[in-house]
Amino acid sequence: MNKFSWYEATSKVEAQREANSTVSETIQPDADPEAAVFKASGIDLLDLMKEGLSKPAKLVSIRNIPGMDEVSYNKEKGLRLGANVTLAGITANPQIKKNYLALHQAASHAATPPIRNMATLAGNLVQRTHCWYFRSKELVCFRKGSSTCFAHVGENENHAIMSYGYCVSIHSSSLAIALTAFDAIVEITDKNGKIKLVPMKEFFVLPSVDRTRETILKPAELITAVILPEPKTHTVSYYIKMGSRRSQDWPMAEVAVVAGLSGEKCKTANVVLGAAAPVPFISKAAIDAITGKTINETTATAAGEAAMQIAVPLSKNGYKIPVFKTIIKRAILSLGKPPENVIDWALPDRIH
Amino acid sequence: MKKVKLPYGIPDYNLTEIVREIPNAEPPALPVNSKLKVIGKRVKRTDALAKVTGTAVFTADVYLPGMLYGKMFRADIPHARIKSIDVSAAKAHPGVFAIHIFKEMIEGANPKENNKKSGYPEVKYAGQPIVGVAAISMDIAEEAVNLIRVEYEPLEFVVDMDDARKPEAPLVYQTNVNQETSSGGEDIEEGLKSRGNVRGPATKSFYGGPRGNLKKGFAEADVIIERTYRTQVQTHCPLETHGVVVDYNRGNVTIYASTQSTKGTRNDFAKTFDLPKSKVRVISEFIGGGFGAKHTLGNFGVMAGHLSKQSGRPVKLMLDRKEEHVSAGNRPNSLQLMKVGAKKDGTLTALKLLSYGTAGVGLGSGVGNIAQAMYECPNFKMDQYDVFTNAGPGAAFRAPGNVQGAFALEQLIDELAERLDVDPLQLREKIDKSTIRKVQRERGTQLMNWKKPKKAGSDPGPVKKGIGVAQAHWPRFVNLDSTVEVRVMQDGAVEVRSAVQDIGTGTKTVLAQVVAEELGLKSADITVLIGDTLFPIGPPSGGSVVTGSITPPARNAAHKVKTKLIDLAAGELDTKAENIVVENSWFISKSDRSKKISFKNLAGKLRVEQITETASRSDDYGGFMIGTVGYEELGAVQFAEVSVDTETGFVKVDRIMAVHSCGRPINISQIESQINGGVIMGIAYALYEDRVMDKNTGHQMNPNLDQYKMPFSFEVPEIQIELIEEYGARSSTDATGIGEPANIATAAAVANAVYNAIGVRMTEIPITPARILAALGKI
Ligand SMILES: Cc1cc2nc3c(=O)[nH]c(=O)nc-3n(C[C@H](O)[C@H](O)[C@H](O)COP(=O)(O)OP(=O)(O)OC[C@H]3O[C@@H](n4cnc5c(N)ncnc54)[C@H](O)[C@@H]3O)c2cc1C
Ligand code: SF4
Repeated sequence: MNKFSWYEATSKVEAQREANSTVSETIQPDADPEAAVFKASGIDLLDLMKEGLSKPAKLVSIRNIPGMDEVSYNKEKGLRLGANVTLAGITANPQIKKNYLALHQAASHAATPPIRNMATLAGNLVQRTHCWYFRSKELVCFRKGSSTCFAHVGENENHAIMSYGYCVSIHSSSLAIALTAFDAIVEITDKNGKIKLVPMKEFFVLPSVDRTRETILKPAELITAVILPEPKTHTVSYYIKMGSRRSQDWPMAEVAVVAGLSGEKCKTANVVLGAAAPVPFISKAAIDAITGKTINETTATAAGEAAMQIAVPLSKNGYKIPVFKTIIKRAILSLGKPPENVIDWALPDRIH
Repeated sequence: MKKVKLPYGIPDYNLTEIVREIPNAEPPALPVNSKLKVIGKRVKRTDALAKVTGTAVFTADVYLPGMLYGKMFRADIPHARIKSIDVSAAKAHPGVFAIHIFKEMIEGANPKENNKKSGYPEVKYAGQPIVGVAAISMDIAEEAVNLIRVEYEPLEFVVDMDDARKPEAPLVYQTNVNQETSSGGEDIEEGLKSRGNVRGPATKSFYGGPRGNLKKGFAEADVIIERTYRTQVQTHCPLETHGVVVDYNRGNVTIYASTQSTKGTRNDFAKTFDLPKSKVRVISEFIGGGFGAKHTLGNFGVMAGHLSKQSGRPVKLMLDRKEEHVSAGNRPNSLQLMKVGAKKDGTLTALKLLSYGTAGVGLGSGVGNIAQAMYECPNFKMDQYDVFTNAGPGAAFRAPGNVQGAFALEQLIDELAERLDVDPLQLREKIDKSTIRKVQRERGTQLMNWKKPKKAGSDPGPVKKGIGVAQAHWPRFVNLDSTVEVRVMQDGAVEVRSAVQDIGTGTKTVLAQVVAEELGLKSADITVLIGDTLFPIGPPSGGSVVTGSITPPARNAAHKVKTKLIDLAAGELDTKAENIVVENSWFISKSDRSKKISFKNLAGKLRVEQITETASRSDDYGGFMIGTVGYEELGAVQFAEVSVDTETGFVKVDRIMAVHSCGRPINISQIESQINGGVIMGIAYALYEDRVMDKNTGHQMNPNLDQYKMPFSFEVPEIQIELIEEYGARSSTDATGIGEPANIATAAAVANAVYNAIGVRMTEIPITPARILAALGKI
């Protein structure tokens, strides 16, 4: 790891004055040798630095800025989660569990308890892809400035099955899947202290648009909160993650479903897939398959099938299609009630 | 020689006594465990407190005054000739004290194909070390490494075993190569020729070569099954990576090493640096795991030696996690083609095994002797080939070969049972001549409430349950180079000394128990000092030899000390030595029990500060077993219950029943720890672990513990252990090892259970969701 200096910011203004770059910029060949970047808990940032991918000259710690980890609720504005709220904090919040179950489930199934105790909401959204070529120091891939995507012709079992261009990476944030499904809004404070409210679905950037970054964030722009709109009555949600192990693992497929029900009938729906595409993927086909319909085995199955119509798997990730079909179906059928007789990541038989 | 009666057989089954002729110096027969006070009990580890409170000093924790930090520059391409190496900037970097460039590699098959012009070893895998740097801090060492410039002439490479077998594949070695077998490692037959990257076949093991006539055997068969199995490369992932601290000290060398063999490390170092063994001391008090990969000094140890010699300062060189994955050993993969012939009644008529495996740039990728030795079959032949690839060298790994071999053999036998429409345990009853496994099957059948498995794949619904069983075989190896010294001091303190290291299995504790039992003391009364070559040399922690090799000399040395103390007591109590018994730390006159003296008081009467006795491992009573196929080796039977979600391909192991034996058990808790660990490792092998190599770049894609998937607590099922005492009258303690047998059967048992659940055979591991879904035709 390179040597760096440390700035312990005590206010947002101070932090924004000190920062001049983004972590994504530091990974590029033309990185500024004087780059100063935000560090929340540093889980992802340190991983990138240890591997020698990111070499910032200065870390601006925003972890201890007063107020940035506050949770507040307002009937009109909804639930406002400060950027520094931890995954454990989200998991433990009874209001989130009650009103935004899918977010609770996404947070409580990410990583491990020690990581969740540290990991922040904003850091989770801004973490970089875990494409293992991207994460290797020795391999300079397309996203890091060369003209080669190694995954395309290589070990792509963890990669995208839809919505990719030349880069077939998947986005790493599980929280983003649930937050997108809830139509959450990212509150960004720009360099001049002005607040921008960006819908979750506009926050992420496809590599075909800009391969050097995964979010719209510009240097020194600070996420200050994520806002979840007040849930409408009869809104229910469910999230399922499928990984190769039951703990400490990344999803091979994950889905968040949010629906407005009227009896058995689905009035409104949102279905968002993770580990499917370079950004959280809103499955219009799945949404259409259940909206206006009665929720049952047939419609739920149809939604899974419809969602996978547009999938174009790579050489080694065709397995994701049946997995997605299954978890989409199960998540829809679980809305409001837990499924039985399935090995469900969201319902481990031992509680953590 | 004298004749003694020793316990023989299995309690509650066929326990009896056997008369053996043994040397006069051997102690009297040890009765069965139920009659003992310390041996065979759940004695707490002597170092438990030190480990849980963090005061145990591992090599990674050693800091010496003036110590430097070593770091190596490693090749970032898989195959190349080195044209030039420029270390000038690194040398000039402030804080750098020494730089050494390798002239020769010692790991793997020992390539001597140096580039004639530059004189540097050819780079044969990505991650091969080239230069080492020692600096005053780790940061500075890393910075200096980044300043090193190496100019390569890249060569074509191959990392995939199937590709490497093709005639047009780039050659890893231009010549035939050999490699010494590491202690506890898979057999390496010497002098075999290579064709392309394929070396072999090896056709022999220490059980001998082919038997009978295959053609005839298959002609006699009513049923023939032929299958292909594949296993993956597994890396060892010890929690403490490989590493040393070398203090060269002008030739009076002290090495702190995370090693499975203090002796091996010392001897390697003495040889490499041309020093007498007496000038090299290796200390290894605590080891954070090794699993077979830590038997030798290693390139990193050689490098640390050069750097320390050059700088005149101690040098610490610990591998990081990535270096550990790519360069510090692995269990080779395998492709096994097996063919079995059997009569309708199950009698095996022929068994044929053809295997390929790659240990990267190393040898030793055979699939062991399990197919040769587990079942009775008159006609047998195996051909085992090593395939070279441009990847880090393999190393011995917990039951080398047999874990791969069991995965194939035990599925094949399971399939044969199904074909013959018999219970798989019934078939084994017919073809397995081992008594211990017979008893293990009986116990397992009761505990599992085992019935003939239901029709495979017959559960309704998406989640299907399955049950499976598999067996293990492991030879009873003994290492005669096992010596122990026992001391008693005037204050009554007792010390046990040996260079044997405790890899984490609890060697210290079993030594304390055996000596305590012999001296009539408690294990807490015994101080065990081991892991230091200043003490008498002990065996390497490999081949599951340690307990069976080191406890007999420990008991014998203690017995010699006891004999001296009895003589002393006889004088003190004014009676004859024959009239003295030792009970609960008292020396008592049998004829007049009021005449007695405590151990402590007796020690106070010693004429000198301490008495010392040494003993080495004697030959096995009744002759060694190794060399011929004997069915009384170490056996195990493991049962697995699994659930398979056929819609997602997710496999969950619900329960493992592990029925084991290891001769006379010395410490039940520690044996259970080993079995738990072996089972968990077996589950990991069956379902998760897999070294992923990228064919196009030659790099490992998952050299970390994030993407290289180890099991965590959620992945660990209920593990039930049934331990069977078994007396073989083979030594003064009659103990044998358990580390390796614990890890052999699990993957096959899980695979058989998965078959029973879904009705499709998973012939390749790890059994990932992707493989299950593919097998079910869902992709
Ligand atoms: C073993 C393991 C398993 C994991 N599994 C999962 C999983 O299943 N699902 C999942 O979603 N995640 C998973 N994670 C990822 C983990 O949740 C993230 O690494 C963590 O949330 C990052 O948070 P942080 O506070 O440490 O971020 P940092 O590392 O401090 O920062 C990450 C990035 O965010 C930027 N940043 C941080 N805060 C702000 C802000 N307020 N404004 C602007 N930019 C900001 C930083 O500059 C940096 O670029 C896993 C991680 C590990 C190690
Ligand atoms: S998928 Fe994207 S991040 Fe991964 S190697 Fe290809 S270009 Fe790089």
